[in-house]
Amino acid sequence: MLKFLVRRLALMLLTALCLTFVVFVLTNLHPNLVKLAKTQASARMSDEQVVNWLQLNGYSDPILVRYGEWLGVVPGWTGTNPETGKPMGRCVNPNAPTAPAPRYCGVVQGDWGTSTVFKQPVSQVVGVRLAATGWLMLWVLIVMIPTSLVIGILAGMREGSRLDRVLSTVSIASTATPEYVSGVVLIVLFGSTVMGFTPLFKHWGLLHEGTLLKGSAASALDGLTFDNFALPVATIALYGIGYIARMTRASMTEVMTAQYIRTARLKGVSFAQVVMRHALRNALIAPFTVIMLQIPWLLNGVVITETLFNYKGFGWALVSAAEGNDIELLLGCSVVAVVIVLLTQLISDIGYVYLNPRIRLS
Amino acid sequence: MDPLSASGILAQFLLRFLPVWVALALTFGLSIPFKRRLGLYGKLFDSPVGMIGFFLVMFWVYTAIFAATIVTHDPLDQIARLKNAWPGAVVPSGQKGYPWYIFGGDSLARDVFSRMVKGAQLVLVIAPAATAVAYTVGIMLGLPAGYYGGRADAVLTFLANLVLAFPVILLFYLLVTPAIRQTGLPMWFAGLMFLIPIAFVVVLINSRFHTQPPKRNLYAGVALVIGLWLYSGAAFDADPLGIVSLDANKLNIFVAVVFVNSPTVFRIVRGLTLDIKSRDYVAAAQTRGEGPWYIMMWEILPNARGPLIVDFCLRIGYTTILLGTLGFFGLGFSPESPDWGSTINAGRKLLSIYPYPAFVPALALMSLVLGLNLLADGLREESLRD
Repeated sequence: MLKFLVRRLALMLLTALCLTFVVFVLTNLHPNLVKLAKTQASARMSDEQVVNWLQLNGYSDPILVRYGEWLGVVPGWTGTNPETGKPMGRCVNPNAPTAPAPRYCGVVQGDWGTSTVFKQPVSQVVGVRLAATGWLMLWVLIVMIPTSLVIGILAGMREGSRLDRVLSTVSIASTATPEYVSGVVLIVLFGSTVMGFTPLFKHWGLLHEGTLLKGSAASALDGLTFDNFALPVATIALYGIGYIARMTRASMTEVMTAQYIRTARLKGVSFAQVVMRHALRNALIAPFTVIMLQIPWLLNGVVITETLFNYKGFGWALVSAAEGNDIELLLGCSVVAVVIVLLTQLISDIGYVYLNPRIRLS
Repeated sequence: MDPLSASGILAQFLLRFLPVWVALALTFGLSIPFKRRLGLYGKLFDSPVGMIGFFLVMFWVYTAIFAATIVTHDPLDQIARLKNAWPGAVVPSGQKGYPWYIFGGDSLARDVFSRMVKGAQLVLVIAPAATAVAYTVGIMLGLPAGYYGGRADAVLTFLANLVLAFPVILLFYLLVTPAIRQTGLPMWFAGLMFLIPIAFVVVLINSRFHTQPPKRNLYAGVALVIGLWLYSGAAFDADPLGIVSLDANKLNIFVAVVFVNSPTVFRIVRGLTLDIKSRDYVAAAQTRGEGPWYIMMWEILPNARGPLIVDFCLRIGYTTILLGTLGFFGLGFSPESPDWGSTINAGRKLLSIYPYPAFVPALALMSLVLGLNLLADGLREESLRD
């Protein structure tokens, strides 16, 4: 077990290293750096000024050296500001340039760098935004897991029945609807003043002003309410529900044909009892893995949904960073993303073994 | 002239799609009587779910084919009076051509209906082609990885997992940018990537016919000529005949989508190969002294076709979603491009007041992906039956 964990963690580290290196190289392509220089200093710089600016701010060192600086295994670059004559450098505090600075400042030292878009330390930006996304994910999971399990179990307990057909089609439809489509449809149905349910409710006199639910979640950062958070949560959950429900259904139909279910039925146990007592416990092993593996997929949905509903969370930060070529924030975000992906894989593997004693880790 | 009522809109909509209805009726009318003789395709007509899926998919395929006759206006034409117009709005007098905007106008006063139809054409060309290329890449790497195993397999699996660990949107933001296009990276990548389908066909032919050189030379020669012609047009936009051409934007999108899809295909093919290579018929072929590529291409691959066909359908749908995602984030496609993702993105800003410009392409995308999913489900059911 310990050996397995160590190997997986080593693989995780290697993956994170490769991944951040790829991100680093792609964000440091020359045209990207030129764009960065122009957004940071002035949009009307000449080519020469751009080269100067890049040199002055430590962007012109060889790529491997700079990646090493970010990691904290190579000393950070230093220089002097030609205007003030004060020292500059990766590790120098720009507000107190003369204070003594450490030689190394990178991820190894716990310094994730500074975001050029938000003008804040990366760790702070990522922390705040992740917390906002955490709330979103929490509610998505609270809505998604029970709904999808119930749909899957109801569909799978009597394979081929009319209920099964209807629920299976519903779950296929929900997996076929990407977030940017379901989000648009939901906003039109619930958050539009001219279409969907709002005009209808107004006509009936049940609603007097505004819309049924809010089409923007920007206010949710100050306080979660049902009307500003329901639509984004529903948008993300809808996409996941279909997939998990189908997997649960597949697992349930398999269990329902097992010998011990037939035995229980022949002994005279009622159908409800068989489903609740005998089938459910064995049918829930597969969905557990699927739910864990679905979490990284939700991350994509989060990026789309946060953009669509203007909710300033992790996905929104990722998009802002990518649009502004914010190198260090992007690296921070990709580390978070890769850790989430690999950690959920690890948990699903370990959980699978605990739930199903016939499988051994090796 | 009056604006169209709801039923008028429906009637005009049905009328415009007349060629599609005729083509669909012909397809179904010709297929159902002969369904017993048409193999897996014929069996599709036994399953209602599969038929609905096939109907939806073929609806969009025919829409793409007949797009030129279906559209009512040029997708880029602007008629200023019809900015954000309601569905069924009347085109002001003095303008030639079709008298209504069936699904209204968008914020730049263009016809939503025509843009939706043109968008179908764009999606239905790129999505299946990109999926097919991703499949050849996945197969060409997955078969040997699963068959030989060993160190190469470990490295390839690690690389596939690496790509899959990336959040797709971050990858798109890194790979589909003007900066990347400036470096010429997509072109070289495409140059490498598009060689793989050619290699696939040539290996397929060679492994089968290498004992009959005249036949082999003929088939492989024809495949090479056609392959290299398509290759020159697709990868370097240098088709000597000028028929096949992909501009830099679309090439970039194409490469990114193939890059995202092929690791998953690789994993599926590798898994299937690992399973099938222990079968008796593979051992028999090995005993006969067949070469490894013959065994992979003509013994393992045909026996893995069931799950692969089903996944291919699902993957076209997934690629459609990815293309929409690219459009939604304004990556790759030019701003006036009528593809569904870009139009949803353009329409979402005024969504609560003028819902139609985003709603129409959203429904279009949903119905196509739903059709592909239902089709895959029908195929799976029917192929499991025997």
